[in-house]
Amino acid sequence: MQPQIHISKVNKVFSTGGREVVALDDINLEVSPGEFICLLGPSGCGKSTLLNAIAGFSPPTAGSIIVDGSAVQTPGPDRGMVFQEYALFPWMTVEKNIAFGLEIKKQPKARIKEKVSELLDMLKLQDFRDRYPKDLSGGMRQRVAIARVLALDSPILLMDEPFGALDSLTRRNLQDELLRIWTEFQKTIIFVTHSIEESIYLADRIVVMTYRPGTIKRDVSVAIPRPRDPSSVEFNDLKKELALLVMEEQTRHNQQEIRMPAAD
Amino acid sequence: MKNILARLYASLQGLLVPVILLAIWQYLSTHAIVNPQILPAPTAVIAKWWEYLLPTEAFDPSQSGYLAWLFSGEMIRDAYASMYRVVVGFLVGTALALPLGLLMGANERIYKLFNPLIQILRPIPPIAFIPLSILWFGLGNPPAIFLIVIGAFFPVLMNTIAGVRHVDGIYIRAARSLGASQTTMFLRVMLPAATPYILTGARIGIGTAFIVVIVAEMIAVNNGLGYRILEAREFFWSDKIIAGMFTIGLLGLAIDSGMNRLNNYLLKWHRGIENN
Ligand SMILES: Nc1ncnc2c1ncn2[C@@H]1O[C@H](COP(=O)(O)OP(=O)(O)O)[C@@H](O)[C@H]1O
Ligand SMILES: [Mg+2]
Repeated sequence: MQPQIHISKVNKVFSTGGREVVALDDINLEVSPGEFICLLGPSGCGKSTLLNAIAGFSPPTAGSIIVDGSAVQTPGPDRGMVFQEYALFPWMTVEKNIAFGLEIKKQPKARIKEKVSELLDMLKLQDFRDRYPKDLSGGMRQRVAIARVLALDSPILLMDEPFGALDSLTRRNLQDELLRIWTEFQKTIIFVTHSIEESIYLADRIVVMTYRPGTIKRDVSVAIPRPRDPSSVEFNDLKKELALLVMEEQTRHNQQEIRMPAAD
Repeated sequence: MKNILARLYASLQGLLVPVILLAIWQYLSTHAIVNPQILPAPTAVIAKWWEYLLPTEAFDPSQSGYLAWLFSGEMIRDAYASMYRVVVGFLVGTALALPLGLLMGANERIYKLFNPLIQILRPIPPIAFIPLSILWFGLGNPPAIFLIVIGAFFPVLMNTIAGVRHVDGIYIRAARSLGASQTTMFLRVMLPAATPYILTGARIGIGTAFIVVIVAEMIAVNNGLGYRILEAREFFWSDKIIAGMFTIGLLGLAIDSGMNRLNNYLLKWHRGIENN
């Protein structure tokens, strides 16, 4: 299959205060349409940097990112972004937040209303239609944020630790919901996480990253059939394997931290 | 029942200090311990306030409608004149400051272009513009409104700039990834995100405008509350001075609670009213 996202030889160097941080080094990655990819690694290994480069927020220093045949220049609604901090507009009601992208596209009012109702139903948000984000729990806010990008029918979803701030029960609910949406709409998803368990639960492929410079350490396909049972033997075998990989990077992180306490 | 009693008690408690002070004041004046010309008794002030409030002429249906007559008292006309200046000056000042502030906050080049001038003009108290405003505009409403415009302009401007600069980058990124154009970004993201700051500026601005109007009326205009209390001094009408001051206070209170309501309405989405 033709890759939908084609990342080749991507480098990203941040220079702050005379010091250079190589956040990404020689990243090569191909993502097929409909694939669910998790970027896994300890904090500071460049996951967000890579995701932001794909999103078009912060272009790589070198290398190319090609999505659906054209090079990424700017952010755009073809790559829906979900942030850990939800990033809902607090001055808009739930309904308005979800409708915002469609209003930008200048869709007819009736169509917007219909679409928003559909999404409110799908994400069980009907009762919160006229509420402001401040009145919602974290889980509800992230549902709204997901509804907001789904409204745009983006073929690709980019998610940066979207469930990182949620309690474990809410987190599992939203993971299941996301898998349902992914299956139903056949999205391509790149999902950043530092939770090994979350990555095994969700992904087709887990891309493990190294810490400084951020490179791809291992690209692991997950063959376990869904729904995956976190207490199963295969799940735990994979978990152990990944834990070793991540632990090596975590150790490097800690060592570098001792040498350069100002980092991060 | 208990609740009502508790509240009654609380409001009685709040009245305690004012009532004691009024009683002392009344005692001092009626027993001629202080000259009533210097400090008239509270009862005299209230009587004067009432007189100042009421229409000066008897009701004549052939001359005007009943409502028009009812509001024809000197105080009502003065309060109206002062309010008119505050509102017009404030609106003009805000209408100038808001777009400039939005542009300066959003665009570094425009900021650098205007900032030096603003830094020079801003520390000049609006009152210091009085001589120039009379020279330029003569007497009456124009110089007064000019001064109020200046008084309202800078607080709104500075807060709008700060508001736009403090817009959380995450909203801008979210809007960009949803495909927002420059205009949409400006009107539907930056502006609403900056409203808490802008409203703080507006509140300071209208407070300044209210101070300026009283001073401006004492110097450049011959009506309005500020003019009236200065006029009363010429005649040694201390009761009228205090009655006028009381009205000024009431008007200030009304403006403030009006701003408060506007604030609560426009910021009903906000986590905590005021800062956060
Ligand atoms: N804007 C920036 N300026 C300087 N350094 C940055 C910037 N953003 C990220 N970094 C550095 O790049 C590295 C990767 O960061 P990031 O992509 O946020 O990691 P992750 O998302 O995996 O936690 C970190 O070492 C971080 O300190
Ligand atoms: Mg990150």
